[in-house]
Amino acid sequence: MKPFNLAAIGFAWLPLCPLITVAVAAIIVLLVGVRVRDEESEGLGALTLALLAVAFMFALGMLGHRGISFAGAISLDNFAAFFELVILLSAAMVVLMSIEYVPALGLSAAEYYSLILFSTLGMMLMATGGDLIVIFLGFEVMSIGVYVLAGFLRRSCKSNEASLKYFLLGAFSTAFLLYGIALVYGATGTIKLGPIRAALSGPMANNPLLLGGVGLMLIGFAFKIAAVPFHMWTPDAYEGAPTPVTAFMAVGIKIGAFAGFMRIFMVHLGPVSIHWSWVLWVIAALSMTVGNLVALVQRNIKRMLAYSAIAHAGYVLVAMTAAGSQAGGAMIYYLLGYAFTNLGAFAVVIALERHGVEGDLITDYRGLATRHPVLAAAMALFMLSLTGIPPLAGFVGKFYIFSAALNAGLVWLVIIAVLNSVVAAYYYIAVIVAMYMQEGGAELGSLNTRPALIAALTVAAIATVLIGIYPEPYMAGALHAFNSAFGATLPRMALRLP
Amino acid sequence: MESYWLTGLTFLPLLGALFVLLQNDERSTWRAATVLSLIPLAISIYLLIRFDPHNPGYQFVEQYQWIPQFGISYHLGMDGISLFLVVLTTLLISLSLIYSGGGDIGYRPREFCFFMLVLETGLLGALLAVDLFMFYVFWELMLIPMYFLIGIWGHGRRIYAAFKFILFTMLGSILMLVAILYLVHLAHLQTGVISFDLPALYAVRLTTSQARWLFAGFAIAFAVKVPMWPIHTWLPDAHTEAPTAGSVILAGVMLKMGTYGFIRFAIPLFPAIAIEATPLFMTLAVIGILYGAMVAMVQPDLKRLVAYSSVSHLGFVMLGIFALDPQGVDGAIYQMLNHGISTGALFLLVGMIYLRRHTREISEFGGLWHRIPIFAAIFMFVMLSSIGLPGLNGFVGEFLIMLGAYLKLRVAVVFAVFGIVLGALYMLYAYERVMFGPITKAVNETLNDLNWREIGVMIPLIALMLFMGLYPRPLLTRIEPSVNAMLARVKTAQARLDTAPRPANLAALTLKVRTDRR
Repeated sequence: MKPFNLAAIGFAWLPLCPLITVAVAAIIVLLVGVRVRDEESEGLGALTLALLAVAFMFALGMLGHRGISFAGAISLDNFAAFFELVILLSAAMVVLMSIEYVPALGLSAAEYYSLILFSTLGMMLMATGGDLIVIFLGFEVMSIGVYVLAGFLRRSCKSNEASLKYFLLGAFSTAFLLYGIALVYGATGTIKLGPIRAALSGPMANNPLLLGGVGLMLIGFAFKIAAVPFHMWTPDAYEGAPTPVTAFMAVGIKIGAFAGFMRIFMVHLGPVSIHWSWVLWVIAALSMTVGNLVALVQRNIKRMLAYSAIAHAGYVLVAMTAAGSQAGGAMIYYLLGYAFTNLGAFAVVIALERHGVEGDLITDYRGLATRHPVLAAAMALFMLSLTGIPPLAGFVGKFYIFSAALNAGLVWLVIIAVLNSVVAAYYYIAVIVAMYMQEGGAELGSLNTRPALIAALTVAAIATVLIGIYPEPYMAGALHAFNSAFGATLPRMALRLP
Repeated sequence: MESYWLTGLTFLPLLGALFVLLQNDERSTWRAATVLSLIPLAISIYLLIRFDPHNPGYQFVEQYQWIPQFGISYHLGMDGISLFLVVLTTLLISLSLIYSGGGDIGYRPREFCFFMLVLETGLLGALLAVDLFMFYVFWELMLIPMYFLIGIWGHGRRIYAAFKFILFTMLGSILMLVAILYLVHLAHLQTGVISFDLPALYAVRLTTSQARWLFAGFAIAFAVKVPMWPIHTWLPDAHTEAPTAGSVILAGVMLKMGTYGFIRFAIPLFPAIAIEATPLFMTLAVIGILYGAMVAMVQPDLKRLVAYSSVSHLGFVMLGIFALDPQGVDGAIYQMLNHGISTGALFLLVGMIYLRRHTREISEFGGLWHRIPIFAAIFMFVMLSSIGLPGLNGFVGEFLIMLGAYLKLRVAVVFAVFGIVLGALYMLYAYERVMFGPITKAVNETLNDLNWREIGVMIPLIALMLFMGLYPRPLLTRIEPSVNAMLARVKTAQARLDTAPRPANLAALTLKVRTDRR
């Protein structure tokens, strides 16, 4: 497949092509879906996949171009393109996992796929936004779709709880973010990222109005990436939501939010990093520690993965604290590896769930290795990658992050991080213990009737191994994405925290 | 000089592991796994023959770019330090597989063979890696199959043992990762080149406190693996609960990874700190020797006894390494091989008797000599080798270690000698209770002696014990040049310390401060 040649369309519209495709796709799916019965919604899933592939081609076409359009509201750079590609891939994986899940649970397919596409659109907007309002718009589009998706199992109490909790706390975080944006606007007189950055180099750097705004925005993003102490919604929302949606929350939302977070903070608020990087230091340390320690005692695998997602946000924040282009590359690479590993783990969770019977407890995984050796092997692979065992994607990502953080002098934060990975080993390996070393567990129907799920699993497993064993092109791609977009503007950080 | 021998050696077992997964009946699984493990053995013997004993550097070197922007290369090489350990690894894996095919592994043989072969790749890779990143990858990689071996095919409290094993070793090794990254970062700052290549990192100049921290990072990882007292507590559990083949590899090769790490990485990278830390490590080694021996003496379980004897024997190895002179280090490497062979053989023998009686309690036995004389005779031979009887392999290693350590720290040797005496004591005492006297338990009347497969597994080990005890020269001449090259770095560091104008250690520093005050 060749990326579409977008030069003909005109430069200003170029970065909008993938966004428009996804938006139109969402509407098409909704309209076509009216004619599709929910029990036969596989075709609708395939249509969604095809439309995502078109958007993917457009996003590929963006690679290598650079500029701003719509007076700076949309930015066109490799950073945006790379993130859009990862987001689209994650969305496609989630759709693959849902193709058999949606009819099995009798969910209304048209709305489901349409909402997934709309949230994907929001995530992509966060990655491409060039001013605070567009990023906020992305933030909202993404969140509203997921609020509904989390409550999609409308007869399940837990799903309702997940939706409501996520909505209430999410609305709070939105308010924080918006208020922060307002304060920053008040202080600098602009919402465009470039001019904000320019304004910061003057006497503005210590303006209390600005700093207040920065702090509130930081809280807003910390909510969405589920960093401690703004993580309270995560376990309940993850547990109650339909599992493919949980996967979407754990991967897509996190990546989208990090894209916006990185663009605003690492790059454009870089000049005042002295004011916020210590906050990130604390949040990173807390997220890793609390996430891992609480994950130790979880019995439900979705809750366990929720806390693990909190901890992984902490690892990514370690790199963000380090700042600099190497850290940026490390974050993007880590998120890529994390996306595939986590999607794979959730695919296994979906495979084990049975309608009516819960299959979410870790004890349900007992003896899986004898009943479904391939499924167990895949899960073991994902767990080991999340633990950070070489040569899997998770290890190389951690390696990259720690190396960036050490180069920035964050020795103690790295030591906290590595000690945390040992704690994490305990609960990830507990899943392997259950699968391989214990007997019992519930019987599980044949998997052969679920080709799409198997496809998703295979892709995730191959990617987890490949990104780990041959990381060079992905590392180079991640670093290039960050460097070519922001390399020139990045401040040379002289941060020396304990 | 292009050659792919080392790549083949390292990754053929992994390919073999995948091939084994395709087998669908038990017989063909064992046959395939055994044959596949003989190929690396053959390669390693071929390399042993082709090895040039006069060349102290890496041989059969292969180096390619792997992750260029991090200066990570695929760099394999073999020198006198790793040569025999590689052969030991391939030999023990083959023997364990042959032995395990005889009924020791009752269920899921396919996965068992898979994990054994993956383990072989991990072990060989760690021994052959010259790039620190690669070394770390293999170092962690070997944990996982061993963890499965203990957890799935182990006895009794296998899950607890497996957990303890993996958490202890991970905790150590993850700190080593930080140390590696920091070392590379410092090298990058000084030279402007990022490289994880070991020889390139020798050139880094470190302040004393940097070097101390980094040395600690490496040393803890290796000390957990050795295991040194007082972080040895995972070992008795892991050894005891592991299946026989697991114990053989764990004791025979995996523990050596710790001591190998000291010789290959910790000491040559930070020679000045190694010199400074000598008293500490020698003390811990001696404590380990005596503690291991004394605890072994009171074990009611035969396998646990052998496990604690490992703590004691590895103490000797550490003593030899930190003698930091040619005899000591040569002896330590020799003793690493000896321990691999003797303790591997002991674990096999314990496994054989366990298979017959399903117990390892010493009190359950007695008078076995009358009933199963071949077993008893082989056991006697192996035990004498483990004790260090002159003429067998154990003696050569221990003697060299004592010689080396005596020149460095006499008092350590004085205490270590008691370890040898205690070693003879607990072994002979256990032997007496198991083999001699009347048969007290009726079940023991019906035991069968060793079959041909079991005898066949023991013969190569016994032959090696004799050969290495009587004619150590061919081994030592190959080990020596590489050890001398490594110790040359220590010597330079020593010379620099001696001539340094500033106080070399903390004691001198405080002394100076005090005089200044006065």
